Amino acid sequence: MTEEEKLFHFNEIIARDEKIEPKDWMPEAYRKTVLRQMVQHAHSEVIGMQPEGNWVLRAPTLRAKKILLAKIQDEGGHGLYLYSAAETLGQDRSEMIEQLHEGKAKYSHIFNYPTLNWADIGAIGWLVDGAAIVNQVSLQRTSYGPYSRAMVRICKEESFHQRQGYEIMAKMMNGTEAQKEMAQDAMNRWWWPSLMMFGPHDKDSWHTQESMQWKIKRASNDELRQKFIDKTVDQAHVIGLTVPDKDLKFNEDTKHWEIGTINWDEFWNVVKGNGQCNHKRMAHHIRFHNEGRWVREAVLSYAEKINEFQTAN
Amino acid sequence: MENKDNQLPLWEVFIQKGSSPFKHEGSVHASDSKMALQNARDIYTRRGEGRHIWVVPSVAIASTDLNDEAEFFDPSDDKIYRHPTFYTMPAGAKNI
Repeated sequence: MTEEEKLFHFNEIIARDEKIEPKDWMPEAYRKTVLRQMVQHAHSEVIGMQPEGNWVLRAPTLRAKKILLAKIQDEGGHGLYLYSAAETLGQDRSEMIEQLHEGKAKYSHIFNYPTLNWADIGAIGWLVDGAAIVNQVSLQRTSYGPYSRAMVRICKEESFHQRQGYEIMAKMMNGTEAQKEMAQDAMNRWWWPSLMMFGPHDKDSWHTQESMQWKIKRASNDELRQKFIDKTVDQAHVIGLTVPDKDLKFNEDTKHWEIGTINWDEFWNVVKGNGQCNHKRMAHHIRFHNEGRWVREAVLSYAEKINEFQTAN
Repeated sequence: MENKDNQLPLWEVFIQKGSSPFKHEGSVHASDSKMALQNARDIYTRRGEGRHIWVVPSVAIASTDLNDEAEFFDPSDDKIYRHPTFYTMPAGAKNI
């Protein structure tokens, strides 16, 4: 096949809404974009374990602790599904981790905010996972096969995450004045960063157009953000939380909630590495990666010895 | 199984649920088959997704080449007599 025929065939697959598989021919820019997105997504899942890990030893009940542990284990699993999907495009896992450590690969800015009180665990499950779900539900239909299949699996598991978070918030809003204040405080701190998770407005998003054309992304940042806002504002009101936005209003004509201005300076500042926890998150990951090196070396050397033994006998 | 930074060799994971055929679910890194099975269990079966797992070193898998797809499968594409609809049944014959 000539290059033109290959491109034609690729475009046909996309047009028919079928999946691009690892060994299929794909334009170099497609490969690069989908790989970058999967790796970034994988790193986000793994780094996302840290803010929650902060509360494992301080969870208020055994029930809460078990749930939190299961949730964190899921996040690790999600990271691994995504690394596995990314590896189908030929990038080595160690390369991905190296790029993360060198700051060349990004992860979601949201995990650079600290978890200050127990209600933050509720807010993360409800708002952060809630926002992630909206994005991931849409990505189940992404055009790259392994990414799409990883998303289907992740979406099945995520709804427990969001529900456990909302349950924490609801319980606290039903509790003492101090508990209500903590819940509202967490809401105030996590609301805007959660909205930023969808990325810049469509008019300012460099990647969106090409990604939409190739069906890597199936909905734009603003569309997904609006979907999240509409369902979450109502959920907040049900349990008596105030959305920290004085400009928030319901548009009777469009039936959508309209929000005030997002502080994109804050977003870019955190993305560029100046959030409260950027340094801490990366230092932690690097430390444990390095501290685990001897284990990886030991098991490899053990496997080699076993192989030698089997060959000799 | 070249791994610069000891990320351990890659294994492909296949899981069987009930009596369905084994299905490819993804991959894991592990130094040996025992670790690969345990990692596959932890990563791919946290919610009863199956009770029987196969792991295979990724390098041991041979694959058809999608670029030669047409040529490779060509021998079976022209044998329409393999399909039951190829045959003409006499009028009045039933249950065949």
